[in-house]
Amino acid sequence: MKRKINLKNYPSKSGHFDAFGGVYVSETLIHPLRELFSAYKKYATSASFKKTLNSQLKDYVGRPTPIYYAESLSKELGSSHIYLKREDLNHTGAHKINNALGQALLAKKMGKTRIIAETGAGQHGVATATACARLNLKCVVYMGEEDINRQSVNVYRMKLLGAEVVSVNSGTKTLKDALNEALRDWVTNVDDTHYIIGSVAGPHPYPMIVRDFQSVIGYEARNQFKKEYKCLPDYLVACVGGGSNAIGLFHPFLNDKVKIVGVEAGGSGIKSGKHAAPLSAGSPGVLHGNRTYIMEDENGQIKNTHSISAGLDYPGVGPEHSWLKDLKRVEYTAVTDDEALDAFFTLTQKEGIIPALETAHALAYAFQLAKKLKNKKILLNLSGRGDKDIDTIAKLKNIKL
Amino acid sequence: MTSRIPNIFNKNKSKNKKTFISYLVCGDPTKDITLSAMHTMSKYGVDIIELGIPFTDPIADGPTIQKSIDRSLKNNTSLHDVISVVKEFRKENNDTAVVLMGYMNPVHKMGVAKFAKKINDTGIDGVLIVDSPPEESVILNKYLTKYKKSHIYLASPTTTDQRMKNISKMSSGYVYYVTIKGITGSQLSNVNSIRKNVNKIKKYSNNNLPVAVGFGIKDSSSAQKMAAFSDGIIIGSSIVELIHKYSNNEKKMNSKLSTYISSISNVI
Ligand SMILES: Cc1ncc(COP(=O)(O)O)c(C=O)c1O
Repeated sequence: MKRKINLKNYPSKSGHFDAFGGVYVSETLIHPLRELFSAYKKYATSASFKKTLNSQLKDYVGRPTPIYYAESLSKELGSSHIYLKREDLNHTGAHKINNALGQALLAKKMGKTRIIAETGAGQHGVATATACARLNLKCVVYMGEEDINRQSVNVYRMKLLGAEVVSVNSGTKTLKDALNEALRDWVTNVDDTHYIIGSVAGPHPYPMIVRDFQSVIGYEARNQFKKEYKCLPDYLVACVGGGSNAIGLFHPFLNDKVKIVGVEAGGSGIKSGKHAAPLSAGSPGVLHGNRTYIMEDENGQIKNTHSISAGLDYPGVGPEHSWLKDLKRVEYTAVTDDEALDAFFTLTQKEGIIPALETAHALAYAFQLAKKLKNKKILLNLSGRGDKDIDTIAKLKNIKL
Repeated sequence: MTSRIPNIFNKNKSKNKKTFISYLVCGDPTKDITLSAMHTMSKYGVDIIELGIPFTDPIADGPTIQKSIDRSLKNNTSLHDVISVVKEFRKENNDTAVVLMGYMNPVHKMGVAKFAKKINDTGIDGVLIVDSPPEESVILNKYLTKYKKSHIYLASPTTTDQRMKNISKMSSGYVYYVTIKGITGSQLSNVNSIRKNVNKIKKYSNNNLPVAVGFGIKDSSSAQKMAAFSDGIIIGSSIVELIHKYSNNEKKMNSKLSTYISSISNVI
């Protein structure tokens, strides 16, 4: 990539990242989306909003999250060094709270009283339910029936927090259908309801808003790394579902001389067709309000996805990632279910950190990288902790809890 | 061939009649049933058929149409199939207008230029892409204009005045006014504000573009109420439901459909 990206210009006023992004929604949602954009510009960029958000990120969420040098694991893998940005240490256990809290505060400013969200792994649902409990907002979370079954602990957490969890049994009964249902709710209840989308997907201005709220990860990491190691990392690695933890880490580094890799869910392998890796094996199309890489068949129908990780089980991806892929600024790759599982056990056993299965995809790739490269510094976004996945893991091992 | 739609509205207007627009999902349960239903509807008073292109993620549709789309997708009904149904339809019908209605991705996959050409070659009259507002439709609009086809856009209760002006300028054929904030199959409400907005769009439109209203119209009484101040009414979910209910008996389906369509056509 030769030309320096003028990041301030993206997304454009119309919500585009060159050929990607945009506002592909039915007319009823155009006005609420514009209202959201105006409110975001008015409040979220103001000093007082930033002060409130930052103080809550500090005292309530527990930011800044540390960067941990996984020394013994690195030594075992070779001469490179793996650093973990510990988003798993956030309140509620994942990066999702950075966005949920920011948007909930924004919704409060907009005078909305009801919040809706979609969730896959349940982490965004839990984060949103938490922010709503904290700010006294009514909360409804849409979740695919299949995900409800594989993430039952998070379902109960949401209910404890006072949220209503609505089971979605249309389509593939996973994240994409939960998103469809949330959009249908929003179009029906736009007056009092704010939709907190959980990733950098959806119509403009969501990909921008979520990116901005998640960029706290990258800004922190950049400062921490420079302070501690007097340099920048050589590589950034993050898993990509919708792409929010990845863009949060990547965005503040885009103009730096740093190699960046996003890791998608390879499921049973790209060749098998059973995966959730639109950037690695999809084509540009229109889904959930934006133009981006998607998984589709020859007639433009959205394909079923397969991943061991509910949070990556999504046939689209945030439009900014599609743009960064085509610009060749970020490289996207995929690892299989099995590779992710191996990495899950490795980190748990070698470092005493149980990662989320989503995160395990990034770990698997980082381990491969560390074995291959000499003396490189790899910074990985440890996007979440694995407590929610204990059931899935136990079942795979035929263990009854 | 130029879109039939402007003439249809003009002709109805001269007869003091309102235009009847129906929606159904192509391929539920089969292409043959769809074709059969299209002929019946035209025969008993439908002027314009909005033929739904199935899509896996219909975010603007309620349960009735979602399920209909699911049934159609079980047969892998594609955009190519939808176009082929219209081709069949045109062998016997040259008067009823057909609008393809659906979501952007199948069109995107086919390619906008190729799609528009097929529209033209098949005698389709217009296109309504639910999730592609004017801002995202520039290229499609260019092609449809070139072929003199109608490009229908939605307006809704949340549409601002400035946007209504733009939409009525960008649209051709008719403006589809969505009566409610919500998805297809919802209940009708607040007739006064619907009337107000319909009149507003008509006022803004400099070329006397017709305004048709849809969402929530289920029977002759709601049809009559909406027809009173609009140029046309659109019925979707009720027709989809009816076709589904009798779809295993084509004869019965057509007889029920003809009764239902007549009951609406007679009062608007
Ligand atoms: C821990 C964790 N990491 C990553 C993801 C994937 O989302 P995104 O790509 O938006 O970061 C999820 C989603 O549920 C998650 O829970």
